Formats: sequence, C-alpha cells, structure tokens
Amino acid sequence: MTFEPRLTRHWDDPSVATLDGYVATGGYEGLRMALGMAPADLIQGAKDSGLRGRGGAGFPTGLKWGFVPQDTGKPTYVVVNFDESEPGTCNNRELAERDPHRLLEGTAIAARAIGCRTAFIYVRGEYLWQAIVLQGAIEEAYANGYLGSGICGSEVDLDIVLHRGAGAYICGEETALLNSLEGLRGQPRLRPPFPAVEGLYACPTVVNNVETLMNVPDIVVRGAEWFRSVGTEKSPGSKMFTISGKVERPGNFELPLGTPFRELLEDVAGGVLGGRSLKAWTPGGSSTPLLTAEHVDVGLDYESIATAGSLLGTGAVMVMDETDCVVEAARRMVRFYAHESCGKCTPCREGSWWATRVLGRIEDGYGRETDVPLMTEMGRNIMFRAFCALADGAAAVIDSSLKHFRDEFEEHVRLGRCPLEPSADVEVAS
Amino acid sequence: MAIFEGDARADAERIVARYPGHERSAVMPLLYLTQSVEGHVSREGLREVAELLGLTTAEIEAVATFYTMFRLRPTGRHVVNVCTNLACALRGAKDVYEAAHRAAGMRHGQEISDDGLLTLHEEECLGVCDFAPAVQIDFANHDEVTPGRMAELIASLRAGEVPKPSRGPAPGGFRHASRLLAGLEGVPA
Repeated sequence: MTFEPRLTRHWDDPSVATLDGYVATGGYEGLRMALGMAPADLIQGAKDSGLRGRGGAGFPTGLKWGFVPQDTGKPTYVVVNFDESEPGTCNNRELAERDPHRLLEGTAIAARAIGCRTAFIYVRGEYLWQAIVLQGAIEEAYANGYLGSGICGSEVDLDIVLHRGAGAYICGEETALLNSLEGLRGQPRLRPPFPAVEGLYACPTVVNNVETLMNVPDIVVRGAEWFRSVGTEKSPGSKMFTISGKVERPGNFELPLGTPFRELLEDVAGGVLGGRSLKAWTPGGSSTPLLTAEHVDVGLDYESIATAGSLLGTGAVMVMDETDCVVEAARRMVRFYAHESCGKCTPCREGSWWATRVLGRIEDGYGRETDVPLMTEMGRNIMFRAFCALADGAAAVIDSSLKHFRDEFEEHVRLGRCPLEPSADVEVAS
Repeated sequence: MAIFEGDARADAERIVARYPGHERSAVMPLLYLTQSVEGHVSREGLREVAELLGLTTAEIEAVATFYTMFRLRPTGRHVVNVCTNLACALRGAKDVYEAAHRAAGMRHGQEISDDGLLTLHEEECLGVCDFAPAVQIDFANHDEVTPGRMAELIASLRAGEVPKPSRGPAPGGFRHASRLLAGLEGVPA
C-alpha cells in the first residue's frame, strides 16, 4: 500500500501558503470543530491518537496537554517551539514556510484544549524568511477572524505573538526557551516544577514542536483511528525526516513511522552519493548516537531505533560514506556542543571543550596512546551529569563513535595522521 | 536618549506593547532594534534598552552576550554566515568558508573587513541541511554554495549589489535584517 502523505500533501500547491488557498483545501475545519468540542474531548482525542512530540523526546502530546491544571486562576499558555537547531534538522523550516496556516490552526486547537488565550511562537532568529511568512499568515488570520476576539464566530479569544530567537541552540530546550521568551539568558530551569504547572511567567504552559502541532488539525477532523492507520503501534502516524550529507537527493521527506532506514536511504534519497558505501548515520540529529551500515534495516520509529542503541530524535539523518573520517566528524559535532553550551554546568562547559581539543589532536596527528581511553572516560563523565540534555549530545557522539569505530581512532594515533582522505574533496552537486 | 528617539522611539513602544504586563519579554526585539539603528549593539544601546524597561544595564548585557545574533562590536554592513556543521561539512563547507576569506581578503579572526563592508562568521547548523553547503547573507539563505559561487556572492556585495537569495527577499544589509528581526516589517511588496 502506498502511503498517502499527510503533512506534505499540499506541498505541490504554493497557494496553500495563503489563507484562501488553505481554506480551499479544508483548512481551519479542525479549528471550527474544536471550538464546538469540550476541551477534555480534544485532549482525549490527542491521547487516543498516540501522537508523540516530534521535537526529539517523543513525549505523548495528549498527556502533556492533560497535565495542565485548569483551576489555578492563572492564564495558561501554548508556546510553539520553532527553535529548530538540532544539527541535521530542517523539516520545521519547510513545513512552516509551505503551510503556515496549518501551524496556526494546530496552535489554535492546542490553545482551545488547554484554555489558552495568548499563544507564542518562538522561531529561531536565523529563520528570518520563515518568520516573515508566519507573520504574514498571522495577519491574514486576524483579518479574517481566525485569530483575535471571538475566533470563527465563537466566544473564544486567541492572540498569537511571534517571538524571534537570536542564535542559541539551547533555546530548543523547553525551559531555556521559556527563559529566553521572558527576556532572560536562555539557560535551562530546574524541574520540577514542570512547564505544565509553572512555565511561561510562572503560569501553566504547554510547549509543543511545530511538526507535532501540524498533525493536530487532521487528528480533530479525521480522528484518532485514521491517525493510527500508519506507523507502528507505539509510534503511530507519519514523521518528517531530513536526510542530508552523502546522499544523492538530500531533503525533507514524510514517511510512516517504522519505515526501514534502507527505504529512506535508497528509494527516497537515491542512495549514498556517487555509489559509495554507507559508513555511519545519525538517526535523529547530531545528539543521537551514530549507527552504522549494519543498522540499515532498522525501522525508523522510537522503539526500533532505541533497540538499535540510538534515538529517533528529530528524524534528522546525516549520512557519512566510506571516505568520511569519523574522528573529524566527531570533532565537528562535539565542537558544536562546546560552542552551544550555556555554561551553567561544569561537565558540559569544560567537558565538551576539552573533548573537542583531544579529538582535534587525534585528527591532526598528535594523538597520544592514552587519548582513546581518555575519550571513553570523558564520555562517561559527561553523560547524564549536567542539568539538561545538551551535554548528553556531546557524550553520545563520543560514546557511539568509539563504540563503532574504535579502530579508526587508534589508527589515527598509531599513524600520527588521518588514515582517510579528508571529506572536503567531494564534488558538490550543483 | 540618542537611539530611541523619533521613529525609533515609536518602534520601541510598538515592540513593548506586544507583551502587556510582561515588558521584559521585549528585551530581544529591542536589542534587534538598537542593532538596526546603530549597526551593532553599543554600550549606549544596552543602557537605553535597560532604561526603557526599568532594568539595569548589566541585566541587558547578560542577555545580549548570550546570543550570537547580537553583535556587540562594530560589524560590517553585510554579515556573511557560512555553516560548517556536519551536514554542510560533508558537502564541502570548509572550502566555502576558506573561499569567503580569500574573496573578502580577510584573515581568520578578523571581524570586519578593512573597508567596513563585510563581517564573516563561521556558523553552526543554519537548518538548511537539505541544500548544503548553506550560506546566509544578512540572514537570507543561499543554497548549495560552492567555493566559486561564494566568491561571486562576495564580489557582488563589493560591487554594491545585494545578491538574490534562494528563498524570500534579500534584506538591504545587516541593519535592515536586524529591523526585520525586530518584527517591524511584514512581507515586502
């Protein structure tokens, strides 16, 4: 059975980015239905669908909405996490650019579910154009009664405020994002209290990813059973995958959860660039442990990837071929975490910096015999020892590259140089 | 006040009005606004944002120094960002970054070209892994940039042109991009 695209089904039609075009394809029908439903039924619908957060953690969306207390007397907030910054990930960018009203509709339905009347979209600063597109869509929605007071002729009010970030990966972590939105440094907060209880402005808050929310209108209109008709039992629905690096056709592609990686790599992305062989890949961005050619038949769903020893993360697959040096790749990835560490915790701030230096000297031919065991120890001393998961990303790179490619590290040290050609000589497809 | 006066004062008030009861949330867009007026965020800019919000300069500086898109030192009229993170590196981004330096006639570590036109910045993932190697000029995307294309882009900036991005319109420069980032302009006509 061929899979019928969901999130991407209107990507061939540029008019869907306008309000008229979106409404012509049945857009905002989910919001109209949601306004006529009890919030508790919307939350139950999300739970029944099994929708899991697409931003990396895979937490059940309906459960998250259900944690929001309704009796505090405080306002509640929906905050859209559009800080997409996990290396290798760019599906939110394309989703919001091509179909901005679906994001607004999903946000409005989430707001209805938790009784929120002001929602925020936190978009990373580098997505300058996407923010302009979204701002235009927000203005259209206000002008046509889909936002503002009495939306769609109901008694429900909703404002959406667009807030631009300024270049900090850590703001994708939800409590850092909330601090940033409050005008503070984007450093993570201690939990508990969780955002559902004390989030934005110390009020009950739901933070949802862009892709997650864009699934919501269809769940309202077509139902939980329809949603579950693709994907796996525990990972229902479809997922956006970004495949990049050494493949013939990089891009954002929507596939049912559970699709074997081989299908994404070979059928969808055209295989490894230049017919070379697969060496390593990240299933969900640079913070998810590397997998290898032996994992090519693993299903792309939360459970199967976990069984293989990694994480589905954001579904960002970066592909390395036989000519790419794992030590160099690890250095580049760990350097990212050193740069993006907010500086709060020592294992992250110092550990990622130190690990970058050691990886650098191994790659540059100055590695010492003690460096490989040192890297192992560093990974162990970073993993799970910091306030948030940022440092775990660095540790995952170190651990997984050593687990699968220890020989390559040792060969660097033994030869006093990189045994592989640098990857930069590859011709770029025009 | 030197920065928030006249039109900029009205812009600042529009920004603060987005967050009724939570004015501190306006810090980041106000920093973008000062950057659009001054070309970077100066000490005076930090002080004026603080004064407008009833906070200390130290509190504003703490925020401004946390985020890479606020430039606290003099900055070129155009900012060229080259992503060298893994997805772009696998597609040759290192050579693109080197080509940018050669074409701009800039040393590594030099923040601004001698004529004040360019600032080059090695970037972390810009979220354009599908069109790697990714480059942004004043935060507008240029896709699948080769070293040769990089040199052309720099040459057209030098010639006083603003190269057409792969998606969306091109900001007129770093100041204009900062104004767009403050959320003060919608879809260009």
